[in-house]
Amino acid sequence: MQIHVNGRQVEVAKDSTIGELLKSFNIQAKLAVVEQNQQIINKTVYDETILTNGDTIEIVHFVGGG
Amino acid sequence: MLTIGGKSFHSRLMLGTGKYPTFQSQKKAVIASKTEILTFAVRRMNIFDENEPNLLEELDLQQYDLLPNTAGAKTANEAVRIARLAKATGLCDMIKVEVIGCEKTLLPDPFETMKASVQLLEEGFTVLTYTSDDVVLAKRLEEAGVHAIMPGASPIGSGQGIINTMNLQFIIEQSDIPVIVDAGIGSPSDAAYAMELGADGVLLNTAVSGAKGPIQMAEAMRLAVQSGRLGYKAGRIPKRMYGMKSSPETAMIE
Repeated sequence: MQIHVNGRQVEVAKDSTIGELLKSFNIQAKLAVVEQNQQIINKTVYDETILTNGDTIEIVHFVGGG
Repeated sequence: MLTIGGKSFHSRLMLGTGKYPTFQSQKKAVIASKTEILTFAVRRMNIFDENEPNLLEELDLQQYDLLPNTAGAKTANEAVRIARLAKATGLCDMIKVEVIGCEKTLLPDPFETMKASVQLLEEGFTVLTYTSDDVVLAKRLEEAGVHAIMPGASPIGSGQGIINTMNLQFIIEQSDIPVIVDAGIGSPSDAAYAMELGADGVLLNTAVSGAKGPIQMAEAMRLAVQSGRLGYKAGRIPKRMYGMKSSPETAMIE
């Protein structure tokens, strides 16, 4: 199925989780915050949160700024 | 000591982390500034390039309080969304509310700024609001309960210094909460002047990151903020129209 991740279309397996998505990008250990359809997902439930076809996922972090 | 939302700081200089030539110079500039508060922006992670360096990994975050901003927001809703994302990192409670209303001048949208500040206060954030030098708006923000007012000296990144001294003085005089002069500071004298006027602190970024020597400039800014604060506490002499001799007028040699 297709989801949108940070503005790009990404193909993921049916019923995969946010935890698996982060693993696929190799960013589990980084200080990321994840939004699924504009809802912030708590880190503790990444592995239980199922992705749905058409989901919009934003993975954000802190960058330099004033 | 500078106290914001129940937290106290020795340093009155807050430093932005944007646009340094290298991570190394940034790290050294942060150390030279002796700041205790660093600002950040919230952006999409470049997940498609896992080698992209992460700024946070270069800094010892235990030593600093983080002040993320809502830069990029043009509406209150966008600012609130960014603030929630920032808080979800679990690294900070403070938020610098910044809602830009004009792309050319980068001046804040007062209506959306107020709306976002009120919403974030309701959600329990420690709110530091970036605002113009509008005196009444600063008062209204204080009445709404924000923890600090951050009037711009001049447009963000312009390096113009303080262009409306009188408004800034009015804001400082009327405020019972910290006033942090944010945006537009170009040189150490600008920072010192803001502190001499009685500002509680200064937030700057480009003045350091864009300097030829960011590390030296960070130190210069640290000294300027300290110097200005000390001068403010000491109380400057009144200005006079004409000269007044400082050497004795008696026992003249004839």
